[in-house]
Amino acid sequence: MDLKQLIQRGPCRWELPASGAMRVPVMTFASDALLRDMDDQAMAQAVNVATLPGIVGASYIMPDAHWGYGFPIGGVAAFDADAGGVVSAGGVGFDVSCGVRCLHTGLRRDDIAPLQRRLADSLYEHIPAGVGSTGAIRLNAQQMDAMLTGGAKWAVGRGWGTDADLERIEERGQMLHAKPGAVSEQAKKRQREEMGTLGSGNHYLEVQEVTAVYDAATAEAYGLKLGDIVVMIHCGSRGLGHQIGTDFLRRMVEQAPRHGLTLPDRELACAPIRSDLGQEYLGAMRAAINCALANRQILTHLVRQVFADLLPAARLPLLYDVSHNTCKLERHRVGGRERDLYVHRKGATRAFGPGHADLPDALRAVGQPVLIGGSMGTGSYVLAGEATGESLALSSACHGAGRAMSRHQAMKTWHGRQVVDELAARGILIRSASSRGVAEEAPGAYKDVTAVVDAAQAAGLARKVTRLEPLVCVKG
Amino acid sequence: MEQGWQHFEHGADIGVRGNGASKAQAFEQAAMALTAVITDPSQVALRQSVDIACEAADDETLLVAWLNALVYEMAVRRMLFGRFEVRIDGHRLQASAIGELVAPQRHRPAVEVKGATYTALRVGQAANGQWVAQTVVDV
Repeated sequence: MDLKQLIQRGPCRWELPASGAMRVPVMTFASDALLRDMDDQAMAQAVNVATLPGIVGASYIMPDAHWGYGFPIGGVAAFDADAGGVVSAGGVGFDVSCGVRCLHTGLRRDDIAPLQRRLADSLYEHIPAGVGSTGAIRLNAQQMDAMLTGGAKWAVGRGWGTDADLERIEERGQMLHAKPGAVSEQAKKRQREEMGTLGSGNHYLEVQEVTAVYDAATAEAYGLKLGDIVVMIHCGSRGLGHQIGTDFLRRMVEQAPRHGLTLPDRELACAPIRSDLGQEYLGAMRAAINCALANRQILTHLVRQVFADLLPAARLPLLYDVSHNTCKLERHRVGGRERDLYVHRKGATRAFGPGHADLPDALRAVGQPVLIGGSMGTGSYVLAGEATGESLALSSACHGAGRAMSRHQAMKTWHGRQVVDELAARGILIRSASSRGVAEEAPGAYKDVTAVVDAAQAAGLARKVTRLEPLVCVKG
Repeated sequence: MEQGWQHFEHGADIGVRGNGASKAQAFEQAAMALTAVITDPSQVALRQSVDIACEAADDETLLVAWLNALVYEMAVRRMLFGRFEVRIDGHRLQASAIGELVAPQRHRPAVEVKGATYTALRVGQAANGQWVAQTVVDV
């Protein structure tokens, strides 16, 4: 990316001033090196987002950003309904509420070392993953609607978790104002056999070890110590969310002229928040958030069953659950006043700082856990939201390493077997039905996750708490 | 006239492109490229045919609708398709998609496709009469 047009506003903070049709500037959070490597399309897309009606503050780019469709992946944008603001299906993406959750195990490296292979095999056997896999849970129409309204709370009510889990999930495990009636029959049909499935692509389930602690006090509040074993689950709203994205993208493209919207890119398809279509999308998208929360809750239950079988002493309470493809109504202080904004985070994580009222009591003093999934060979991070993130980027941070190489290139560069063998030599066991899928997700196809979180920390969006490195990875 | 499909680069996702002597052929080949995102199309046995119909306002949104109809049928039927017969009348499409149930051990599916996007979307005819139909799919 060409840095000449950017004005540095602080450490790892860069502004592209508004010009032409842009209503707000683009604010990018990245180190010089990440910025230079960032593709030009990510900036071009963020500029397009800056032209949308009712946008407030800036069009924000996180350190892991790359070319998406319409919005960049790693983009944040907030809209004010009172100012003619819009909601965009492309600004949330196909995998609505894709996210990450992290479970404690109470175990140490030595506890699982003798069982690592059995654990990998058993997780692979019991967690449905990959194309064509189905879950054991089938929902009738009434149960489907209850799930779409209740989210993880519904799943806990069915016995797949505890009330304590709900405290550690955004929105307390249930996204309010979901409208199952706004979800198409196709979307529901697509979900019928997919409850409790991991999916494929960059989705995974990992057993990880805490290998570094950067902020001892926050780590203690999060219950993490050096050498602890945790489980990280990365997945989303499965077929239901994908179909909702598809359905509403089409309708928003078709209805844009009727809403008086001239879009620089069809993929930016959106609708006024105060329109029938905008409200219908919000209701369906919230139902998809509940689907993702329920899905990760069911997967949690399956993981707990595997551990209960192999390591009966283990308890797996939830550290936290975050979503990184959402649009949520939040109150933020912008331009000296409180405003209710529809905040789109596409490939970006909400990162509330210390003291935020929405955080559970046990975490409020230190800030929200921000779970950053890396690629399978490199490691992941737990960050904590910073108070400064509110004014910088509406309490948002990065979501992962971000791809540095296309799938196409990755497939030509590596063989899945070779990736699996190399990681096994480093003590990381990969279980996947697809050798090509593994090659496409090879660690080298991703940006350096450490550079991404360092930039988020330097910019003041979130601070590093612990580093996690994988021991077992189940991929779809 | 050359007929065939390719993938093209897109940051995190993948582009599918079909070429053909007619628009319908280009749509068939784009569908082959879609299957090839998931598995080797030559490994898909042609056991069962599924009828698909869709329509849209123009050629480009018709391509998106066509690919999304296939994504949907693959998802709910747990099938993969290895051959397509497309007929296009104006902006209405009727097709047969022929394939079989996913067999993970044999197909080794690399990734599921979530949906077709409007990114790098193009349906058009070159000076030599050759049709191209392409877009990026989200995986």
